[in-house]
Amino acid sequence: MTQDNIISVRDVHKWYGNYHALRGVSMDVKKREVIVIFGPSGSGKSTFIRTINRLEDHQRGQILVDGIELTHDVRNIEQVRAETGMVFQQFNLFPHLTVLQNITLAPLQVRKWTRQKAEEVAMQLLERVGIPDQAQKFPGQLSGGQQQRVAIARALAMQPKIMLFDEPTSALDPEMIKEVLDVMVELAKSGMTMLVVTHEMGFARAVADRMFFFDQGQIVESGKPDDIFKNPKEERTKLFLSQILAH
Amino acid sequence: MANLNSVLPPLTERSGPLRWMRKNLFGSWLDSLLTVLGALLVYWAVKGFLTWALTVAEWEVISANLRLILIGQYPIEQAWRLWTWLAILFFLAGNSIGIWARGSKYAFVVLFTPALLILLPFGSASRIWLAALTLTGLIGWGLGRARPHALKRSVIAGWVILLPVIILLTRGWSETEGSAVPIVTTNLWGGLLLTFLLTVVAILFSFPLGVLLALGRRSKLPIIRWSSVAYIELVRGVPLITILFMAQLMLPLFLPEGVAIDRVVRAMVGMTLFSAAYLAENVRGGLQAIPRGQYEAAHALGLSGAQTMTLIVLPQALRLVIPILVGQFIAVFKDTSLVAIVGLFDLLGIAKTVLAQPAFLGLQREVYVFISLIYWVLSYGMSYLSQRLEERLGAGGR
Ligand SMILES: Nc1ncnc2c1ncn2[C@@H]1O[C@H](COP(=O)(O)OP(=O)(O)O)[C@@H](O)[C@H]1O
Ligand SMILES: [Mg+2]
Repeated sequence: MTQDNIISVRDVHKWYGNYHALRGVSMDVKKREVIVIFGPSGSGKSTFIRTINRLEDHQRGQILVDGIELTHDVRNIEQVRAETGMVFQQFNLFPHLTVLQNITLAPLQVRKWTRQKAEEVAMQLLERVGIPDQAQKFPGQLSGGQQQRVAIARALAMQPKIMLFDEPTSALDPEMIKEVLDVMVELAKSGMTMLVVTHEMGFARAVADRMFFFDQGQIVESGKPDDIFKNPKEERTKLFLSQILAH
Repeated sequence: MANLNSVLPPLTERSGPLRWMRKNLFGSWLDSLLTVLGALLVYWAVKGFLTWALTVAEWEVISANLRLILIGQYPIEQAWRLWTWLAILFFLAGNSIGIWARGSKYAFVVLFTPALLILLPFGSASRIWLAALTLTGLIGWGLGRARPHALKRSVIAGWVILLPVIILLTRGWSETEGSAVPIVTTNLWGGLLLTFLLTVVAILFSFPLGVLLALGRRSKLPIIRWSSVAYIELVRGVPLITILFMAQLMLPLFLPEGVAIDRVVRAMVGMTLFSAAYLAENVRGGLQAIPRGQYEAAHALGLSGAQTMTLIVLPQALRLVIPILVGQFIAVFKDTSLVAIVGLFDLLGIAKTVLAQPAFLGLQREVYVFISLIYWVLSYGMSYLSQRLEERLGAGGR
């Protein structure tokens, strides 16, 4: 059964100093699955998703990504990172590089592609996220929605097997949320394995295979979107859903 | 009337020199008083200075010693070697301006400064060389404009090997009597030439050293972090002059018997080590300003620590601190004057030599005013060019 799990997390614990941020989290993700993670602020969603590509280390438990165990071994870490794309709430584009340079940087430096191949792929991706005409601009010259789409293209340029999203639309003005979600829906339908921290329940309904509710560093409840929305088992899930669905 | 008022801005905001003066110089009773007092002060100072400069001052001390001030005791029959590297320098500068600053009038005007210097009391050979400098600069500029893409790489390579070429040409390499490029020992280097070489070497070598120290100070490895901190704090805690003395007096103690380091090289080492500590602190300021998200994004893409530093963090950090670094480079340039105290004949040291000549006793004012003028022109030039550079880089920034 572990064979077709591309991500396998076993009883993971994480402390920040004395603060117990993850308290025994386990999760298996199959290839092509779309996972939505939600829960109150401070519940450990970011911490969890960042342990998957080792932006945070964990102190107990085991994490396997595509069969590679995340330990202190730097080679393993770099291998996992090259196969895992990440999109951040704050975009984190490189402001001193053009859009095209942002996207081609890692393929050139890490994958050692030729410039021609890297730029071809970059242009295809910009086409895919709907902004091929912005290639020569600097990130500071783009709107928030455009920047986040560049960030998605940048992550995709490494041809990752897994995409991690940490609240990708939370920093956006409302009118720009849809353009980013559209790109993510298209990506989900194309068969990408995705872990998405988000409170966009419309997105979850449309494409999520399973949802995980986090609270106080633990997974309180998980299930198919239908079950989670229609009959959540836990009181805390019910309460939280009623709060975010109220508006 | 009502009509006019609705179209024109209110009276006080219209332009014109009189209105400007009224608004900025005589806006209030106190402003007017300060303006008048200030004007009187400036008038008094300028008049005093000009009266002295035009009627009293004996400028022959400058024209008679111009060569000494510029190159010290460097043998005149070898001066062509200095002119040659100056020509290469201007060629590269012209080339670079043609390639990277095609539209910039200011950068272009720089190429004409040698032609302007012909007005100074130089001999005819020097004047021809000065004209040649502008000419090579313009040729380089034209080539750069015509073939920017083809020349980019060779120009960068040219800049990289320029310093070794300068040092090699200045010093010479042949020991045999009567050869074309005999060695000119460093005790003959002096004046602006020495000041220039000290400055360039100190800046070029302290830059990488300072960046490494700044990175070392943030290293996760305690040994590296502690030694960087210790070095930086130690050097910043003592005056430059003491470091120069130590470089002159103590460096030989650490060397094996029989190995002697040249006095000029010792001064260069001292300047470099000193400057690097300050540079490290300035670069650290830039590093601290780079948000964590930049590291995370780079790591998430699979870039290694070294790639993250050199491709993402340092380019942004250094760009942020350009103004501070230029300020520091100007300080290095001026601080080289301290080598006069340890017995070298840089601009300041040579000034003392000039004043020691019986024919020019008591002409301190003329000499020091002229030396100050050289320092000021070059410092201001650096600061001015760096502002232009910032504007150009800023255009692409955030
Ligand atoms: N670098 C850190 N140092 C200390 N505490 C942290 C750090 N990052 C997160 N935390 C704490 O860990 C908890 C979980 O944070 P996070 O994973 O960001 O929550 P979420 O993304 O669900 O809002 C929070 O209480 C937060 O204050
Ligand atoms: Mg979060």
